[in-house]
Amino acid sequence: MSSEMISSTADTNNVPVSESGEIVFERVSKFFTTSTLPAVDQISVKITDGDLVVILGPSGCGKTTLLKMVNRLYEPDSGKIWVGGKEIHTLPVNELRRKIGYVIQQVGLFPHMTIQKNISVVPHLLGWEEKRINDRLEMLMQLIGLPVSYLPRYPRQLSGGEQQRVGLARALAADPEILLMDEPFAAVDAINRECLQGELIDLHSKLNKTILFVTHDVEEAFRLATKIIVMRAGKLVQYGTPLELVTQPENEFIEELVGSNNILRKLSLMNVNSILKARENHFYDADKSQPVEKNSAVLNPEDDLRSVVSLLLRSGRDSLPVKDSENRLLGTVGYADLREMLISNLSSE
Amino acid sequence: MNYLVNNFDVVVELFLQHLQLTLAVIFFSLLIGIPLGLLLARIRWLRGPVMSLLGIIYTIPSLSFFVLLIPLFGLGTRPAIIALTAYAQLLLIRNWLVGLTNIEPAVLEAARGMGLNGWQRFWQIEFPLALPMLLAGIRLVALSSIGIGTIAAFINAGGLGVLLFQGVITNNYDKIFTGALAVTILSFAANYFIRYLEQRAEFRIYGKRI
Repeated sequence: MSSEMISSTADTNNVPVSESGEIVFERVSKFFTTSTLPAVDQISVKITDGDLVVILGPSGCGKTTLLKMVNRLYEPDSGKIWVGGKEIHTLPVNELRRKIGYVIQQVGLFPHMTIQKNISVVPHLLGWEEKRINDRLEMLMQLIGLPVSYLPRYPRQLSGGEQQRVGLARALAADPEILLMDEPFAAVDAINRECLQGELIDLHSKLNKTILFVTHDVEEAFRLATKIIVMRAGKLVQYGTPLELVTQPENEFIEELVGSNNILRKLSLMNVNSILKARENHFYDADKSQPVEKNSAVLNPEDDLRSVVSLLLRSGRDSLPVKDSENRLLGTVGYADLREMLISNLSSE
Repeated sequence: MNYLVNNFDVVVELFLQHLQLTLAVIFFSLLIGIPLGLLLARIRWLRGPVMSLLGIIYTIPSLSFFVLLIPLFGLGTRPAIIALTAYAQLLLIRNWLVGLTNIEPAVLEAARGMGLNGWQRFWQIEFPLALPMLLAGIRLVALSSIGIGTIAAFINAGGLGVLLFQGVITNNYDKIFTGALAVTILSFAANYFIRYLEQRAEFRIYGKRI
């Protein structure tokens, strides 16, 4: 903390300080005049730096309200919020907002500005030099997978998916530690949505930003999240990893929402590596009796168990070899292992 | 056409007077209308009362409005500019307000969320996006001021109305025709010039001419 203070005073040129992207909510509540019930009700939650946390819940549950309190588009009626160790009201509001990337469903690109101008709005506000902005633009376009030739174009000349990519680049322009995303892919068609989700996962692993992502789409939440906050009627129902939500649902609401009884979903949240690890822990004997045949399907350690099932079914065998990226044999995995994993996860409930 | 040929410099002088009157009206209307429109865009409940007041002003017949102002401001261009500016508010503010309130809410939310302050949001986002409608309002103000401005000659405000009134009184058809022709030319020129600016502002936003 003290070193952070020193570096932030030494640094007067708005060069991003290496701050943490941790977000802490402490008993945060928000009321709207339209209802006597709170939109957000006494939520306390800590979001670890670098996590991609999805706020999931039915519409009207307060998830967007919770998100918008982080960059003070809404003010909490009670409770406190810390961003990177600082209470959000200790900064001037616009300074806070410039440090937090913000992406919304309707994108909201400025129609009278080129892509270049759209993306460089915040860097200009922060007084970046032209050279630095141009370098950043090039880097961002590469990151979102759009050609540099798009920079002089106007938003209307881009497709919906491309516009949302630009929206993402604009949010990332000043290299914020935190990204707030409010149902960013809800208005994009299914095929594009899947692409964008995949890109977001890549981007998150590359940039290591803290991302707070609101959605009502359970599939999307499970695909993206490191951790999920489930909300209902303004209250936090459960906060945990996708696997925890499926294997240890807090109550029936979670069970129903995430489909905890769905074996395939459970399998899709575990990968081959977890079986290999479990074996090490339990000194569980790897089945080495089966010789590895040539031309048979091969599993990667990163494969999720759901795809393992389909590979097993397709190959017609009881187990398949696992090889790492250097083609070394790590062991074999079969139906018995899948059963073992499911049982061990159920017993931990 | 004899009158025009023989008195060309007089006609030009009156033409410039009329143009000056119109520009003054546009200037003062913007001075009042832009902040007032912004205020109405922010404070929703003010819209009803203010717009109906402006509507009532607009219905006052021009000649009686000019005459009413004489005891307060005397004869000449002053009462004319005041009356025309008062009329202009309805046309200008209605358009400006539509321009401001029709901006996509997502655009404004994005701007707020990105950390643009009030001034930055106005100059970088709201003003350019509402500019086509503002220019449409200015065009209406220009045209109505050129038209009603002819009547202002009655209270000694000069302008092309002088030719019309004198022509009617002296039964000089040539003079009437010259005045009418000059007013028409001024109107067309103003209309096309401002329309051109409007289209440029539209083009920047929509990429095509509407």
